[in-house]
Amino acid sequence: MRKTLSLALPLAALVLLAAAPLVASAYQLGLLLGMATYVTLASAWALFSGHTRYISLATVAFYGTGAYTVAVLNESLPYPVVLAVAGVIGAGLALVVGLSTLRLAGIYFVIFSFGLSELIRELITWYEVNVTGTLGRYIFLDITARGIYWQMLALGAFTIGLTAWIHRRRLGLALRVIGDDETVAAHSGIHLARVKLIVFVLASTIITLAGAIASPRWVYVEPSIVFNPTVSFLTVIMALLGGANRLWGPALGAVPLFLVFEWLSSDFPDTYPIILGLLFIAVVFVLPNGVLAGIERLRQRRKA
Amino acid sequence: MSFLSIEGATKRFGGLTAVDNVSFTLEQGEIVGLLGPNGSGKTTLINLLSGALPLSAGRIALQGVTLSGRRADTVARAGVARTFQLVRILPSLTLMENVMIPAVFGAKAHWGTAAVAVANDALARVGLAGRETGLAGDLTYIDQKRLELARALAAEPSLLLLDEWLAGLNPTELKQGIALIRSLTDSGLTILMVEHIMEAVRTLCPRALVMNSGALIADGPTAEVLADPHVVAAYLGQVDADA
Repeated sequence: MRKTLSLALPLAALVLLAAAPLVASAYQLGLLLGMATYVTLASAWALFSGHTRYISLATVAFYGTGAYTVAVLNESLPYPVVLAVAGVIGAGLALVVGLSTLRLAGIYFVIFSFGLSELIRELITWYEVNVTGTLGRYIFLDITARGIYWQMLALGAFTIGLTAWIHRRRLGLALRVIGDDETVAAHSGIHLARVKLIVFVLASTIITLAGAIASPRWVYVEPSIVFNPTVSFLTVIMALLGGANRLWGPALGAVPLFLVFEWLSSDFPDTYPIILGLLFIAVVFVLPNGVLAGIERLRQRRKA
Repeated sequence: MSFLSIEGATKRFGGLTAVDNVSFTLEQGEIVGLLGPNGSGKTTLINLLSGALPLSAGRIALQGVTLSGRRADTVARAGVARTFQLVRILPSLTLMENVMIPAVFGAKAHWGTAAVAVANDALARVGLAGRETGLAGDLTYIDQKRLELARALAAEPSLLLLDEWLAGLNPTELKQGIALIRSLTDSGLTILMVEHIMEAVRTLCPRALVMNSGALIADGPTAEVLADPHVVAAYLGQVDADA
């Protein structure tokens, strides 16, 4: 019964969400797309970071790379091929980054991942200014907002489905062991580098695709827009708020926070960064393991 | 061919030679004590054996298969399991999951009911049967030690390395611990145990190795080794050992 419910409820929600654009206004559709995007980003981020506890601030490095790939190729290749190329570039980039950095632990990995985003932004800026001579690019694709939303919804559903599937496999168990103690993991026969690399590449490819899918909404693209570090920070705080090591945690954190940020950035544009910082601190202090774990603890306390 | 052979194992950390040209062999089913004062290189030697640290020189082979130069995970899959001097459990995982891990990722790659069966068996052997759904982080110190041993056993190893597994137990627990280790040797498991508790070494190990300043200074029957003047000097200082 529980098993059928845990499959039927998400499927019903997915059908409802997929049908929503038929009745939603343009503004509401924009909100839905934003939520779908951040649910996808936070879930993909948590796929790797949730259990391994490698806090990555490289989300926007992949997200921006996906968007930029579309910006560069949208006039020369058909759209599905552009998406595929973006996925391949994201996977390749993740492979190189993963091979060189996943032996870094703790704070060093955090700083590296943040530096990576800045590095890619600067490289592309330098290339555009010195080689192509133009900084901005236009994306003219014949895709409606609805089309983008449906693609993003599908990618988000795929991400959560993939996470659920991995959690039930050896790979999921290996991730949890690595998160607790890498030494024990290695001495139990777990190939640390391979496990981390597989999942990092999977998560990064999804994030790259999310950037590629979202990019037509911008129309005009330049490095400072698509490589905005706030995206990385928002993704982390959303996943942490919901609970990064739970299947539905990142989605649960992404939806309310996206709406709050949307409201703050339109109604309080000047104080918005301050409130963002305060929220960040509050999440880490009050709910270090996320809302879902917090609710569970409350329930246990009531029982006891 | 010996079951385990260590030839000229050396580990240098910069200018310090923690393990200095150590050679010995173990036969299958042996239980051998590894003794020596603090800082003599015992744990480093265990780390070399388990693949936690790479050797600076020398060779380690288990049943003819070279282990030196391999990563810890491949050494584990070759049949080497260990416990740690400072107990290492996985606090956010249940007891069952803690113990299942080496069964799942080890040489036999069990999954599903087979992995659960191996883990249950290992938990029962250390006296933790029926507690598999609890979180490892909630265990007492002695139960954490038991859990760590169960995890090593679930790897179904041919060589078990115990790094002061009996340390910190009270007299009753010590008795249980000694009986537990003895029951393991009955199944043909080969054990190398670092231990400071002489009572345990005398009871369990017919043979003992002694290290001092990284070098192996004695290897033989436990009673003889413990009476060896060099060993006494290593523990008590040079005072009157030669007089």
